[in-house]
Amino acid sequence: MMKETEIKKLTDMVADFVGHIGKKLPDDVVAKIEELGSKEDAALPKVLYETMTKNQSLAVELDRPSCQDTGVLQFWLKCGTNFPYINELENLLTDAVVQATFATPLRHNSVQTFDEYNTKKNVGKGTPTVWWDIVPNSDTCEIYAYMAGGGCTLPGKAMVLMPGAGYEGITDFVLDQMTSYGLNACPPLLVGVGVGTSIETAALNSKKALMRPIGSHNDNENAAKMEQLLEDGINSIGLGPQGMGGKYSVMGVNIENTARHPSTIGVAVNVGCWSHRRGHIIVDRDLNVTCDTHSTWKFEA
Amino acid sequence: MVEIRDGKKVLVTPVSKEDLKDIKIGDIIWLDGDLMTCRDVAHRRLVEYGRELPYDIKDKAIFHAGPIVRKIEGTDDDYEMVSVGPTTSMRMEKFEYEFTKETGVRVIVGKGGMGPNTEKACKEFGAIHCVFPAGCAVVAATEVEYVAEHHWDELGMPETLWCCKVKEFGPLIVSIDTDGRNLFEEQKVIYNEKKEAAKQRIYPEVKFIK
Repeated sequence: MMKETEIKKLTDMVADFVGHIGKKLPDDVVAKIEELGSKEDAALPKVLYETMTKNQSLAVELDRPSCQDTGVLQFWLKCGTNFPYINELENLLTDAVVQATFATPLRHNSVQTFDEYNTKKNVGKGTPTVWWDIVPNSDTCEIYAYMAGGGCTLPGKAMVLMPGAGYEGITDFVLDQMTSYGLNACPPLLVGVGVGTSIETAALNSKKALMRPIGSHNDNENAAKMEQLLEDGINSIGLGPQGMGGKYSVMGVNIENTARHPSTIGVAVNVGCWSHRRGHIIVDRDLNVTCDTHSTWKFEA
Repeated sequence: MVEIRDGKKVLVTPVSKEDLKDIKIGDIIWLDGDLMTCRDVAHRRLVEYGRELPYDIKDKAIFHAGPIVRKIEGTDDDYEMVSVGPTTSMRMEKFEYEFTKETGVRVIVGKGGMGPNTEKACKEFGAIHCVFPAGCAVVAATEVEYVAEHHWDELGMPETLWCCKVKEFGPLIVSIDTDGRNLFEEQKVIYNEKKEAAKQRIYPEVKFIK
């Protein structure tokens, strides 16, 4: 293959995957929504879960995005330094988003700031968002793709606490955000909590936390314990589906952490709505692809 | 007008203040007739810049929503609704009292709760706020019969005013009624009590700084 052909193949692959995650939820989310829905017995939450489930089947049947807000596309890359397309990757992702925007179709969600106009192509200055993790001596590339909708982006918040506030302060920070903004962000939510030294380290950790599978746990024993405590705590509030009351509030709480300055505790919350559209693929140097989030996705070039 | 169809309570536009008097928070209802998408910039244009809406919504419904639409092949300017779910209503809260006063809109559909401005508008002018289950955009799109008109296209796909004819659009859960009662605010009192109890349970377990 000429390199141009290969670049086109990778672009088509990403565009196809982006379109797919807009129409079909990842396997872990589907299972969790089904589980939480089956545990409700009051009339209102039952009607809501039934409508949500019906919507997901209709989306597949009619081949349409399941939620109209297909978000700003965000990619987190774990890219090997020897991945043959590392130089082309960032431009190729932008091309893939434009391609998916017209093919899927996706909503036009890129408004240029200060000039305040919608580009009508779903890409703009700095969008799609791309975060890079460089993996030395590897020749594969992992791509997390996420549709950051407006509703689930709005509750996002980061701040730097004084150490005196402790992990009790983190608890307050997370729980207070659930009852103010979280209930409008389409519960049951996946809650991503980032802990680090400054706002941007905490914020990026909180987004990475949302990429982890539901039911997975932080490697650190205390962090994993806090995930469970927060999950049980937020569930006990009973936000229910759509924030209108029910037995549960969240699909899970994932914490990602990095070290901190002795004088600071950076903390951030990012939430994923019940329609948590994220996917993960691993591409090798020959462009063979595997996907561990969507058993429903098959790519044919 | 209110119709009962197979046990479903269906509001049919034009809707009067009288039609809404027995509808209370927590009720599940449906809508037939005129529903116009209307969100951030349209509210700002009307309230802050005093621009008149190009489509009359008196006694009709608006939908806080920014859809995905697709041009119907073979037509110059006709669109089909592909995917249209509600957006966060709270963003329109700062404008909604003036907006309701100026337009005479009767049914406001969106997602999540709204605040005191909207409560006041609902009580004073006889309107309601309802929630369409968020994230259920394909269900909503299939309940749109057709897009009759569209205006302010220069705002881009999400912000354009898409004037839809809908049939048994719902389920709509009433979140603010004409008495000004607010389901989310009432729920929040309960949520906050439970939240405080949860915090007290968590604190002693997270004393990681020794």
